Amino acid sequence: MPVDFNFMVGGEAGQGVQSVGFLLAKVFARGGYHVFADQDYESRIRGGHNFFRIRVSKSRVGAITRDVDILIALNRDSIELHQDELTDDSVVIFDGEKIMDIGDNGNFFSMPLEKLAEEEAGGKLMTNTVALGAALALVDYDLEILNRVLVEHFGKGKIADSNIAAARAGYEYARTGYKGKVRRLRAVPDAERMLLTGNEAISLGAIAAGCKFMSAYPMTPASSIMEYIAAKSEEFGMVMVHTEDEIAAINMAIGAGYAGVRAMTATSGSGFCLMVEGLGMAGITETPVVIIDAQRPGPAVGLPTRTEQGDLQFVLHAHHGDFPRAILAPATIEDAFWVTVRAFNWAEKYQLPVIVLTDHHLASSYATVNPFDLSQVTIDRGLLFSEKELEPAEYLRHRVTKSGISPRAFPGLSKALVVTDCDEHDEEGHLTEDAGERTAQVKKRLRKMFGLKQEIAQPQIYGHQRADTTLIGWGSTYAAIREAVDILRKEGASVNLLHLNELWPFPAEAVDDALGTAHNSYVIESNATGQLARLIKAETGKDVSGKILKFDGRPFTPAYIVEAVRKEGC
Amino acid sequence: MVTLSDYAGLQPAWCPGCGNFGILKALNKALVELEIEPHQLLLVSGIGQSGKLPHYSRGNVFNSLHGRPVSPAIGAKVANPELVVIAVSGDGDGYGEGGNHFIHAARRNHNITYLVHNNQVYGLTKGQASPTSDAGFVTKTTPYGAANPVNPISLAIVSGASFVARGFAGDAEHLAGLIKKGIAHKGFSLIDILQPCVSFNHKNTFQWYRERVYKLDDTRGYTPGDKKAALEKALEWGEKIPIGVIYEEDLPVYEDQLPTLRRGSLVTQKIDPKRAEELFAEFL
Repeated sequence: MPVDFNFMVGGEAGQGVQSVGFLLAKVFARGGYHVFADQDYESRIRGGHNFFRIRVSKSRVGAITRDVDILIALNRDSIELHQDELTDDSVVIFDGEKIMDIGDNGNFFSMPLEKLAEEEAGGKLMTNTVALGAALALVDYDLEILNRVLVEHFGKGKIADSNIAAARAGYEYARTGYKGKVRRLRAVPDAERMLLTGNEAISLGAIAAGCKFMSAYPMTPASSIMEYIAAKSEEFGMVMVHTEDEIAAINMAIGAGYAGVRAMTATSGSGFCLMVEGLGMAGITETPVVIIDAQRPGPAVGLPTRTEQGDLQFVLHAHHGDFPRAILAPATIEDAFWVTVRAFNWAEKYQLPVIVLTDHHLASSYATVNPFDLSQVTIDRGLLFSEKELEPAEYLRHRVTKSGISPRAFPGLSKALVVTDCDEHDEEGHLTEDAGERTAQVKKRLRKMFGLKQEIAQPQIYGHQRADTTLIGWGSTYAAIREAVDILRKEGASVNLLHLNELWPFPAEAVDDALGTAHNSYVIESNATGQLARLIKAETGKDVSGKILKFDGRPFTPAYIVEAVRKEGC
Repeated sequence: MVTLSDYAGLQPAWCPGCGNFGILKALNKALVELEIEPHQLLLVSGIGQSGKLPHYSRGNVFNSLHGRPVSPAIGAKVANPELVVIAVSGDGDGYGEGGNHFIHAARRNHNITYLVHNNQVYGLTKGQASPTSDAGFVTKTTPYGAANPVNPISLAIVSGASFVARGFAGDAEHLAGLIKKGIAHKGFSLIDILQPCVSFNHKNTFQWYRERVYKLDDTRGYTPGDKKAALEKALEWGEKIPIGVIYEEDLPVYEDQLPTLRRGSLVTQKIDPKRAEELFAEFL
């Protein structure tokens, strides 16, 4: 029987939902399981209702599902707001001394969480860890694994000891007190896997790719990237500048890129709004820069702590005038690492801005991945000026070439003067209003897209190459759609998935080909208007036959997609 | 040996008699006297008549967006602290569009020199009021007179700038001295430069300034290290306008605070993807 088990931890901000959720994910990752976990929280520091879902499986998982097997309810809302996710087999762990009137019957397992925390672990701050211990008892899991994780998490000392005592108290109480059915999740030795968020994968990708400079302004859900890079900057020879605003952030990154280092910034949609001016500067000065846009629902402030894929058409068209850019959208947390590496290579090889589109769901969810094989990371800095080939005095920063790529020199590292301008410029980089030079420079810049187009990956097809119904997705929805395809195919439907993680330059031929054979083609997007459908129409001339859209700020589940596809017809 | 011919750039397209010529002359003189070679220099400008200055001198040039020269200048300086980085701006560019970057660059004390061509009017867009236009200054966009001006000197001082000076484009010799001091100063150096606009500002003319400016260096007892006295000097405007170093202090420099840069500049650090493996353990 395949294991597919779902925990949910719910409570208010400040009750330790995040830490119990993370620890649960970690102990199962340690026990040889595949884990996917997502966080749902409100834009506040205390109170409200937050929850953390942890899916534990024997096979690769990348999406959350609706049904909850064990709910740790740290407050009443966690029970009342999640009735729909509870099934006849769900078990709810709660503190009957705090949440009255629920009763301790059937699947509602009441235990004195707070009292145990005070008596056994020295304070009610440990309540969440008591519940964590209880949850592990309900699946007969090895408590030793948690103990080791607690010591690593808190460091040896009093805090770890109190947490270990709390977990043990909860574990022992539940082991003897819980009379329902125990569903065993035994630790099985397996390959060691990393448990990390999308933002952590991007940060590791940036470090592996040799990013030396980051400038950014904090914005949910991108902030943890700048925090991670700042924390590792000394060790890895990087600098992270926390700027006064997003305008400064992108301008500084471009300045660093011009000076000769790999540079990036990270933000969310409305921060990217402020960066749009700088985007065009990278375009005309042909300066490499990597921009992470971790999308959240807009417009304006929108839903700050939730997810959406609403920036696709924006990043595609942002800024005035014509210039080349690349847009990548990682499909999974593992993919986020590799996409980031590619973004740095393309930015330098083609000397243009590369936008990596993620979203809150990808940025803040956790997944288990095999350690990245760093021997596969290649560094391509593109064409560089060499004094052996050219006299410094002859150097032209914007030399017109067949590929559109002019070798880069870096200021101060040779006698070549590196001149560039936001105004239209001549080959040397000085401003010009000459019609011929203007035309030559625009064409030269746009020619870079031909080379880039050769490198863009073809969309992934999951399932059979040809199917009656093709589901089309992009970015972080990959795993949810893939799982929906599995469910529908088990029911006998002919369904496959066409998924894009490299969106611009658009792989038009491959998408056109796939659309040509399917009876039904549905885009599945976390936005209100079907932004990928519009891009497909613009690039292939073809309409999709339907759009499955979700823009409530919550991620897709496989079940939601299955239901929607059934409704549309397949 | 560095000579003025090393700094002979393109033919300027400024109006005849423009105050910018004096600034260009002073900058080139300062660079020659400091024996800085053009390839060691990075000039970052914004948009406006001031933005063209780097093209008329020589060096590495990044002519950036309107109001933004300070930000790419900082990015380049952090990436390669060996570069002599000079950001060039104007009153509209630097004190209007780029006001926020100015305040924060001063506060963080980046080791760059910031030259602001302050002609109290918009030249490139033809004669509108600027953030430093005198109160009551009538232009097409301010038919009832401009509002109170920004005082860049006091703003720089209260924002934490460690070197604040004012020069006059009509005295290139004196201005060159200030630019030399600004470049030599460790930290953020603002040199606000009174720059008569012969086409659009018929109030603040060469003559108007000549009648009013006086050199602080000649003023007995004035030391630029006293913040209160500096603020008092900063507020002087009208009948008498002080030029010279108004405030100077040794403060921790942003780039010097970064442990990474103590090991050398970012542009010379190696890329080694395999080292990322050291980080894997925290996720296992």
